Order: sequence, then structure tokens, then C-alpha cells
Amino acid sequence: MAVEKSIDEINAKIKSGKVVVMTAEEVIPLVKEKGVRRAAAEVDVVTTGTFGIMCSSGAYFNFGHTKPRMRMHKVWLNDVAAYAGIAAVDAFIGAAEVPDNDPLNSVHPGEFRYGGGHVIHDLVARKPVRLRATSYGTDCYPRREINTTITIDDLNQAVLFNPRNAYQNYNVAVNLSDKTIYTYLGVLKPHLANANYSTAGQLSPLLKDPYFRTIGIGTKIFLGGGIGYVAWQGTQHCPSMTTLPDGGKLPEGGTLAVIGDLKQMRPEWLIGASLLGYGASLTVGLGVPIPVLNEEVMYWASLSDEELYAPVIDYGIAYPAGNPEPLGYVSYAQLKSGSITIEGKEIPTAPVASYSRAQQIARILKRWIQQEGFLLSKPVELLPSIGEAPALKTLQEK
Amino acid sequence: MSPDRIVLRFTAAVSDKPIIYHLVKNYDLVVNILKAHINPHKEGMMVMELQGEPEQYAKGLEYMRSLGITIQPLSQQVQHNEALCTHCGACTNLCPAGALYMERPAMTVNFDDEKCVVCLMCVKACPYKAMEVHF
Repeated sequence: MAVEKSIDEINAKIKSGKVVVMTAEEVIPLVKEKGVRRAAAEVDVVTTGTFGIMCSSGAYFNFGHTKPRMRMHKVWLNDVAAYAGIAAVDAFIGAAEVPDNDPLNSVHPGEFRYGGGHVIHDLVARKPVRLRATSYGTDCYPRREINTTITIDDLNQAVLFNPRNAYQNYNVAVNLSDKTIYTYLGVLKPHLANANYSTAGQLSPLLKDPYFRTIGIGTKIFLGGGIGYVAWQGTQHCPSMTTLPDGGKLPEGGTLAVIGDLKQMRPEWLIGASLLGYGASLTVGLGVPIPVLNEEVMYWASLSDEELYAPVIDYGIAYPAGNPEPLGYVSYAQLKSGSITIEGKEIPTAPVASYSRAQQIARILKRWIQQEGFLLSKPVELLPSIGEAPALKTLQEK
Repeated sequence: MSPDRIVLRFTAAVSDKPIIYHLVKNYDLVVNILKAHINPHKEGMMVMELQGEPEQYAKGLEYMRSLGITIQPLSQQVQHNEALCTHCGACTNLCPAGALYMERPAMTVNFDDEKCVVCLMCVKACPYKAMEVHF
């Protein structure tokens, strides 16, 4: 008989302490041993995790009103500009923003030692942060300048809101050019000397629900060490699935927009990142619980590093030019082994996302569900599945 | 004796002197330069392996000190700050000496400071500034 479970049934098991939760790593041998049907009957929730540099992250704040009142026109937090074109004392800071006086890449490669991601980390770490704002003055908001120090606890609201996180699958970056390049996937030496990748493979949330059968608007998740929610499909969300000639699966293109109360997040799961020659960003810890509603959900959730593949892309010439044709496909098992073979050449691999931290996230989420009453939320609406999202457009100049 | 890894620092006044020549010629020392750098102020830094007869070795160091060159052992010059490291692994492909490597299957970053040649690539490339220089 086919296995069918509802989120309500799973939540009832969580409340009664009878829920069976396994991490996405743990279900792999279980499914191999017992088969999908029995594993789906036994396991109620599969937890996933990823911990990597995620641009398209940011946070918005309400600073509270000053006396006299001020319509903050330009806002800086530790000299990093936040976007204040929202309301009088609201602003949004993006993880990739850098201080106005940052030397950028004027001496290449720039170091990007501090940016919006670091501001978010400092706030979460409860460090004091300098707030500077200027205004043009209005009849109802006459004040024109403020220079003060805030902590996250002084703010009315501090909300992490990341328009695109948890990229389902990511390119393996190599460099076919003649010079060392500095990319968002790290430093790449010339002539195919190294390969960098940035996905947790078999633990990565969107690789484990590639058809978006369970993840939707309102899905409750681990976000930055606290509780967050899927807010929407992420920007550039356009999931697809390719089966490679050797049977390997290549799910790619899915993304999540996520939101959560920054005040209850933890500094060890939201860390400012400096990418040499590229820019500043934020490393985000994110984990999604996947309710095992049926065998199909369990099948996808149990795919292993041997079965999941990523495309290898040249970041030296093809990618910057906008013509990223894959040089080949490699499995996460190959990537994790430390070397891959591309164009007949064996090259060392390095991850730029932390697999050990991803494991920790999946385990924490498991503990929350088993022991701390973390209930699963029923999505208000599922996200567009494969074939349901419009194809991505490139920018046409007119 | 096995070679010692040392760090030399010299002022602009001696950075154009043929010091290595004298170490080899006058003291019969075996020199292996691992890294050398002269900054825009013409101050120099050199990391080398140095090997020779103990007496000659001591004289060689004395010769360099007489020129105002400071000499420090290499070990502990670069440190892996575990509190800041996220064990991502971004440094491991850049380390030319194999001092930074992924421990598999745990997928954690290990640092063997005995192998470090103080190229400082990891210090620049670590997104979290977890590799630190202590001079």
C-alpha cells in the first residue's frame, strides 16, 4: 500500500513524541537497505542544511523615531550605506554593500574586509553599531542629521530578508584563462589548476525536494541559527531537472526567498564574508525540514552524493562573457573526494561552502523537531515546480 | 642537521646587499628561499630554509644580525583561528605547501604549521579572516 501522510499527522506525532526524524545523510543508507516504501513509512521528516556565502541577503530595520523627528534620507551603519528610501526610520542593508570609501578593486584584488554582511553579523553578535543618517528636513520631520550608536536590542524591528538563498545547485568553477582570477567562488588558478564548488550536495535543501512537492510559502525553516520562513520563490527561481547519460541527476535553478526575526538568530550562523577581488557578502546557515508525505518525496530526499551532479563551468572566459556552456558534469561524490577529471586533466577540488556546518544544521533541526516541539508548517502555496516558472530572461539593452 | 625555517626582516639600507651570496660563499650554508618580498619602502622580508655546519650556521646568523637583519623562526608565524574558521575549505586549494588541507570524510579544514611556507595566500583568501599572521 502506498505511503501517504499529511503534515497534520506528522505534527501530531511531533506533539506525542513519536515522530521519526532523520537527516538527509542518514536516510541514504536506510533507503538503500530497506527501499523507498519502507523508509517512507518509517521516517516522518528529513532534515537538510546548507552553510555558504549567499549574496542576495540583507536585513531591514526600524530604528525608532528621534526627537525632533527625522525622515532619514541617507543611512549608514558602520559606514556601510543602507537603503532608506522605504520610510522615515526604516532602512534595508544588503549583504554585498561596502563602505563608501572602500578601495574596491582599485588595487586588484581588493580585500573587501567589511560590508553589509559584516554589519548584520555584528548586530546579531550584539555589538554596538554606528548609525549615521542625513536628511533634507521637512515640516513634519525637521531633523537633518544624526550620529549615534545602536545595538540590535535598541531597534523596534530587525528582520533578515534574503531575496535569493539556498541555490539548489551551483556551478563548479574552473579557469581556462592564462591568469589567476578572483571570483565569488573563490580564487581560481589558470589553466584548469583547481576547481571550486559551493553546494552541500546530499544535504542541500533544494536538491532534496527538486519538484517543490513540500517547500512553499510559509515553510518554517532553520535560518541563521533561529527560526525563519520561506517567504516566496527566490529571485531567478527557475527549477529544472536533467538526467545525464550515466543516470546522474542534475536538479538546478531553484531558489528561496526567506525571512525571519534577526533578533533571535545567532552570530555563528550569520557571518560576514570577504571574497578577495569580488566583494563582501553574508554566509548564511539554512536548513529545511522535508515532511515525508509519500514515497516520491522520500525518493528525492534520499539521493546521495553519487547520484547528484553539478555542471563544470569556465569562469576565466566563458562565464564572464555570458556563454557558460558546461565543460562536463561531475558528481558531488567526485567533488568531495578531492579531485575531478576535466578535459582529461585531473584537478584538485575545494569546497567554498562548509559541509561540516551543513551537517550540524541538519542535526540541530532534527533535535528541534524531536525534542523542542518544532512543528512543521503547511505551506500557504507551493513554489513553482519544474516547468512552472517562466524561463529566465537576460537583460536586453535598448 | 635538518634545515631550519626562518624569517628574515631587513631595512631598506641592506635590501640591495648580496647577503645570500655571502651565506653560501663564506659560511658554506645551503639556502632555499621560500618567499621573498620587498615593499614600496624597500624594506625586505624573506622566508628561507637554512642548513649547514653548526659553527658556520651560527656565524652566518651572526653575519646577518651584524647587518641589522632580524631573524625569527618560522613556526607559528601563521595561525589557524579555530573560532573564526567555518571549515568551508576555500583555502585548501590555494596552499602551495599542502599545510592547509581537508580532512576527509569529516570535511573539516586542518592546518599543519610545520609545512607552512608563509606565502600568506590563505590570509588573503579566507573569507572569514581565520588565518592570522603573528610576527
